[in-house]
Amino acid sequence: MPKLTIDNIEIEVPEGTTVLQAAESIGKEIPVFCYHPRLSIAGNCRMCLVDVERSPKPVASCSMPVAEGMVVHTDNERAKKARNGVLEFLLINHPLDCPICDQGGECDLQDLSMAYGKDCSRYTDFNKRAVSEQYLGPLIKTAMTRCIHCTRCVRFSTEIAGISEMGATGRGEHMEIGTYITKAVASELSGNMIDICPVGALLSKPYSFRGRPWELSNTQSIDVMDAVGSAVRIGSRGREVMRILPRLNEQVNEEWIADKARFSYDGLKSQRLDRPYVRSKGGKLNEATWEEAFDVIAKKISKLDPSTLAALAGDQADCEAMVALMDLMEKLGSPHLDCRQDGSKLEAGPRASYTFNTSIAGIENADYCLIIGSNPRWEAPLINARIRKNYLATGLKVALLAPEVELGYPIDYLGNTPDTLDKILDGSHLVAKKLKAAKTPMLILGQGALSRSDGKAVWALCAEIAEKYGLIHDGKGTPGEHWNGFNILHTAASRVGGLDMGFVPGKNGLGTLDILKKAEDGGIALVYLLGADELDTSKLKDAFVIYQGHHGDKAAQVADVILPGAAYTEKSATYVNTEGRVQRVLQAVATPGEAKEDWKIVRALSEKLDLTLPYNTLDQVRARLVEVNPLFDERDMLQRSAWKSFGRKGKVKSAPFVPIVENYYMTDPISRNSPTMANCTREILGWGQPEGRSGTDG
Amino acid sequence: MNTHAAETMEKKFVQDAPNSFEFNNENLKKVKTVLARYPKDRKASAIMPLFDLAQRQCGGWLPEVAIEYVAEYLGMPHIRAYEVASFYTMYNTTPVGKYHIQVCGTTPCMLSGSDDIVRVCEDQLGINLGETTDDGLFTLSEVECLGVCVNAPMIQVNDEYYTDLNPDIMSQLIKKLTNNQEVEPESQIGRKGSAPLTGPTTLTKGNS
Repeated sequence: MPKLTIDNIEIEVPEGTTVLQAAESIGKEIPVFCYHPRLSIAGNCRMCLVDVERSPKPVASCSMPVAEGMVVHTDNERAKKARNGVLEFLLINHPLDCPICDQGGECDLQDLSMAYGKDCSRYTDFNKRAVSEQYLGPLIKTAMTRCIHCTRCVRFSTEIAGISEMGATGRGEHMEIGTYITKAVASELSGNMIDICPVGALLSKPYSFRGRPWELSNTQSIDVMDAVGSAVRIGSRGREVMRILPRLNEQVNEEWIADKARFSYDGLKSQRLDRPYVRSKGGKLNEATWEEAFDVIAKKISKLDPSTLAALAGDQADCEAMVALMDLMEKLGSPHLDCRQDGSKLEAGPRASYTFNTSIAGIENADYCLIIGSNPRWEAPLINARIRKNYLATGLKVALLAPEVELGYPIDYLGNTPDTLDKILDGSHLVAKKLKAAKTPMLILGQGALSRSDGKAVWALCAEIAEKYGLIHDGKGTPGEHWNGFNILHTAASRVGGLDMGFVPGKNGLGTLDILKKAEDGGIALVYLLGADELDTSKLKDAFVIYQGHHGDKAAQVADVILPGAAYTEKSATYVNTEGRVQRVLQAVATPGEAKEDWKIVRALSEKLDLTLPYNTLDQVRARLVEVNPLFDERDMLQRSAWKSFGRKGKVKSAPFVPIVENYYMTDPISRNSPTMANCTREILGWGQPEGRSGTDG
Repeated sequence: MNTHAAETMEKKFVQDAPNSFEFNNENLKKVKTVLARYPKDRKASAIMPLFDLAQRQCGGWLPEVAIEYVAEYLGMPHIRAYEVASFYTMYNTTPVGKYHIQVCGTTPCMLSGSDDIVRVCEDQLGINLGETTDDGLFTLSEVECLGVCVNAPMIQVNDEYYTDLNPDIMSQLIKKLTNNQEVEPESQIGRKGSAPLTGPTTLTKGNS
């Protein structure tokens, strides 16, 4: 390990460390534009110049590996002067339009100009160069004149997103960043380019000219648009969510978020349910007070047999509301409840059977990956990005048994015949050998395979494959050898939480599909939908439907009583991601109108029904959650769950898997009502105005 | 100003651009020799010689279809190939005339009067830098250093260098080219290579 001296501090760092990393490890900040710790090193902005003794010229610290005996000065006169020069050059052509630039206030160039810039320009005789704008789709707005050619966006799209569409054309003063042919950037991670752009060249189109960073109050929260549970920062002004940015969480989303998490927030502003509604005899939904709505429900329930009541929780239902509804159903005496609105055949059995056991960060340690019935690029873009990260680092081999898709890394396509799984299990398929040869193999089982009628058989078969081919070394040997390569990839933020608490049919209870069927023929008279929209609502016509949720979307149209709830930005609530990580969203803005937090609605209704639930505060509900399952107490951490054999055998049908997500940009009430997501559907996917069918229709 | 790059950036719609491109048999043989120089998993390295072959086959310029063809031939994303094509002035992404006059404008040539050379060309041909004459005979562009600074100022016409220029010589040169007369390349004042202008300055005595 080479020893070197940085600003008179002697340190020893591993071979291959760059001078910049070494300096950062002792807390010396070196200004950069093109360097980004998660991207390859370009070394083209020259802002990170430092003075190295006995070196004839200042050295770009981001790309200079440390050497024995190096003496580095990061902040002496020579280094500062070099940076002054670099910055002066950058500002020759950079416009002085900070007052009208959205990056203003959070711009690296602005900040570094304060630190290293001159107060005036020496290039008064020249016209600044002007560059025509690029069209990069409905999410990214460009102001290419502001570009300083750091190439971060080019490297991000090529390396992280896996799409080689952006590049730097021309040379010298005429260099320009852009796409080869004018088209929208077709990546679900494209919004991150806005974050990594150090200047105001790439900006958020929906947010353009809407706000300034210092006007926003920030709330640290969690995304619920998919089951990854990315850490996000919600920027709000007054009652309005202005934008959503990623927050660092190395274990989950690193520092990226998917486009749906970032841009669907404008769906929070339209079609909102802001007051209770009750359907009149004439079939019209009329505005009502909470009192009136509860009265109608209480009257209806008093007339019904408990066995004709059912409850379904949707994909964005929070754990607090679900546990309250679960308790209420128990008090009512009905076993018919389900949190698997897509008809998934997962069971609330051993936890390892329904979570992403390898963990998202653990994907980086896998040496073989078999994806079954899933399109991770659309179902969990950040998990797909991790797989790609491993592919780039170690050349991970990935096999896909699902509808063929472009995932951003080479795949070994196994076709789309589920009975291939039988061949893998009996060892006659080539994949069997590869699984056997691998040290840390993993399989990812998607909801597309689990929501089929033979989902249970697929599930059990995959578990058998996992057991047979050593995907699970559980608890045996040293802790370092622990490996569980059996992974369920969820698409619903509420699902793992629901299974953890047992929001599934009780004894003799009915599951989602049976509830819908019985509702059609009269066996179920009342259905309580907790934000459950992605259902065949036509089957609910004859039942009395209570819809509690935040959007007047599909299910609200067939509802007899509508109870306005809170969206994930408007409540403090618990969600469990696909790995089984318990995380909390925090309230960023107030609920609109008379809408209330979801668990409070259920609690208030229980009182009306003379079945008062025994909790009055959020803390008490959370205590109840912990009582139901102690795991809810372990926040933000991953609990390793022991492997237990499960499942039953059955015949896997040969019908091909169908994708669970049909349109990445529209999967839930929020994104379906988002104009930005509608633009994406039109401009990126090239579809006509979508209507009716949603992404999670099974 | 170097208008070449600016022009390629605009990706001007070229009216007589071909619809398709494929290497002819003769070039395919050459491609094979070129590819043999690089390891199989590094064949993208062959992009520049392949572009050169494609450009010659297309009559001095690289249409978009040829860029895409070469990119696919080497298993590269289109944008990576386009970056290369737009970076180097030796690749023309718009059609050029029969004689492509490339005037060096880098410091030594500029100090030795390349601005005058450009002026003579512009005046005599009636075009600006980056343009092509109506008869399709000449294209004029300014390029960066071509590596014969000792013989500055200089130009390159297609594959040949013409060095030690002055406005008069340049004017004569254009006339000869226009009339399809042969012009001896290299030094236009009879100098051999980069020998001193004033005759030998060393090894002047001794055995002959």
